[in-house]
Amino acid sequence: MTPFLQVSGVSKRFGGVQAVSDVSFELRRGMIKAVIGPNGAGKTTLFNMVSGFSSPDRGTIAFDGHPIHGLPPHLVASHGISRTFQNIRLFEHLSALENVMVGRHLRSKAGFLAGMLDLRWARREAAGVRARALETLAFLGIEGLADAEATSLAYGQQRAVELARALASEPALLLLDEPAAGLNMRETRDLAGLITRIRDRGVTVLLVEHDMSLVMGICDEVLVLSYGEKIAEADPGAIQKDPQVVKVYLGEEEC
Amino acid sequence: MSVNRYGQVAIFLACAAGLQLAAAAAGKGFLLTQLTMSAYYTLVVVGMSLLMGYAGQISLGHAGFFAVGGYTSAVLTTLDLAPHRGMPLVGAAERLGLLLLRPDLYGGELLVVRPAVACALAIALALVLAVVVGIPVLKLKGHYLAMATLGVGTIVYSVALGTQWLGAADGIAAVPPFPLPLGASVSGRADGRILNYYVAVGMLGAAMLLALNLVQARVGRALRAIHGAEDAASAMGVDTARLKLGTFVLSAALAAVAGVFLTHFNGGIGPAEASVMRSVKYMAIVAVGGIGSLWGSLVMSLALTFLSLRGYFGVFDDVVFGAILVGIMLFAPQGLLALEPRRALAALRARRRRAREEPR
Repeated sequence: MTPFLQVSGVSKRFGGVQAVSDVSFELRRGMIKAVIGPNGAGKTTLFNMVSGFSSPDRGTIAFDGHPIHGLPPHLVASHGISRTFQNIRLFEHLSALENVMVGRHLRSKAGFLAGMLDLRWARREAAGVRARALETLAFLGIEGLADAEATSLAYGQQRAVELARALASEPALLLLDEPAAGLNMRETRDLAGLITRIRDRGVTVLLVEHDMSLVMGICDEVLVLSYGEKIAEADPGAIQKDPQVVKVYLGEEEC
Repeated sequence: MSVNRYGQVAIFLACAAGLQLAAAAAGKGFLLTQLTMSAYYTLVVVGMSLLMGYAGQISLGHAGFFAVGGYTSAVLTTLDLAPHRGMPLVGAAERLGLLLLRPDLYGGELLVVRPAVACALAIALALVLAVVVGIPVLKLKGHYLAMATLGVGTIVYSVALGTQWLGAADGIAAVPPFPLPLGASVSGRADGRILNYYVAVGMLGAAMLLALNLVQARVGRALRAIHGAEDAASAMGVDTARLKLGTFVLSAALAAVAGVFLTHFNGGIGPAEASVMRSVKYMAIVAVGGIGSLWGSLVMSLALTFLSLRGYFGVFDDVVFGAILVGIMLFAPQGLLALEPRRALAALRARRRRAREEPR
């Protein structure tokens, strides 16, 4: 079986910095995989290349058999890949519900004319979008926040809204960029349960994370980057025992 | 408090009717002429408000699109094609019924393009120009559109001013009325003043309704999302370049429509309509009305354009609009109407929310 996401020999350089060099990995359908590594290891760069925010200098990325490297973000999204951001990127002046409704952009199609003329099918479509967005908020247990202005919410709530927005598009692959950043221990535990439930709905998950409790608890596989290079890739148990990983990463964390 | 957009447009039309009745009662029906012109100019502002407030783009070339609409319609409805009957294009157009014979001012006859056909061609030309300018420019980020549209505006102005068959500095006069159903027409004739006022206000109301619908719909939501966080919008599959282009083209089309009908109403058009200062005025009006506030832009546009056309600003006309732009950017970047009422509204909502939460 061909892998769901296949990243092959991907490299990216910014000026004099080799952010990612020759990284390859695979993702099977229905798994949760984490990319970890110290600051500046190239995790976010790798993430941006998968989601179309930057294109690799070398190497290929294929999703479900289609090459997606070098495509702009909106076309990557149209393949069924959705993402969140390390620094939450919610739409200002839009309510939480509207934020999530934008997440269903690709699942609806009313254009300029249908919108201007307020056509009946477009209205019905908008009502459907609204209903699905509310459902998604309810799935995350935050339907009570629907009408609040998204950027005025508490940090943890903003993260939840962003996750709802990413889920609203019913992605096949969900990319989470440090979803536990800024969350306390209880919130992180809730998040772990949530990510598992998302996976159980049939969504494959790739996440970049610093929080080891989250990574070790729920991931099927962990990829470790250091200075832009892959130094290990295995299940969490093996990663914790890998001497090189302990040296570059976990060692620092423990003391 | 919350009247839906159809209700809002109905209220606007009712206010416009009230204004007309008041002017008639006061014996100042002549004011309707400037109000009608203001309504047409406000069509441009509605498009600009969509572009600036929702697509987050600045254009300094909308007077150019207005002029493209107006000049195209003026040329096609005044240029005598009779001497060119031999040309295949003219012959084909005549056989298709796109041309008509009308008397000129001196008792002769002119073979010209039908106003409705000229109008369609004028809008089409503006659309093509907007797409050609917009596609390369909107792919870039930042305010490149402002620069490029400034260039377009300048080119249109220079061409209008320097071309003999466009009337050079004199512009084009003797543009015929634009026929409407039931024997009515868009023209500056005094006996059609009230009718023309309602035609212009009706067009403005319709454009406003389309714009209000759009910003509430999927496209409008996506545009507001782009404004809030462009990268996140594109991660959600929003094709930002395409939506910006669509809005730009739409606003250009509205400007061209305004140009066509105001030219028929005035009976002519001159190069001043294409000047960059005119574009700056449109921009100043959107800024003072509130970026992202369609109604604010509409009200400010009607008021300021009317005062300007009545000559209240005298020789300081350009200064007034320039000062408005600078003042707004410095002191009230959200627009004049947003200054107090919105804050008051927010305070009111907060108080209500507190009141709701307290009993628990």
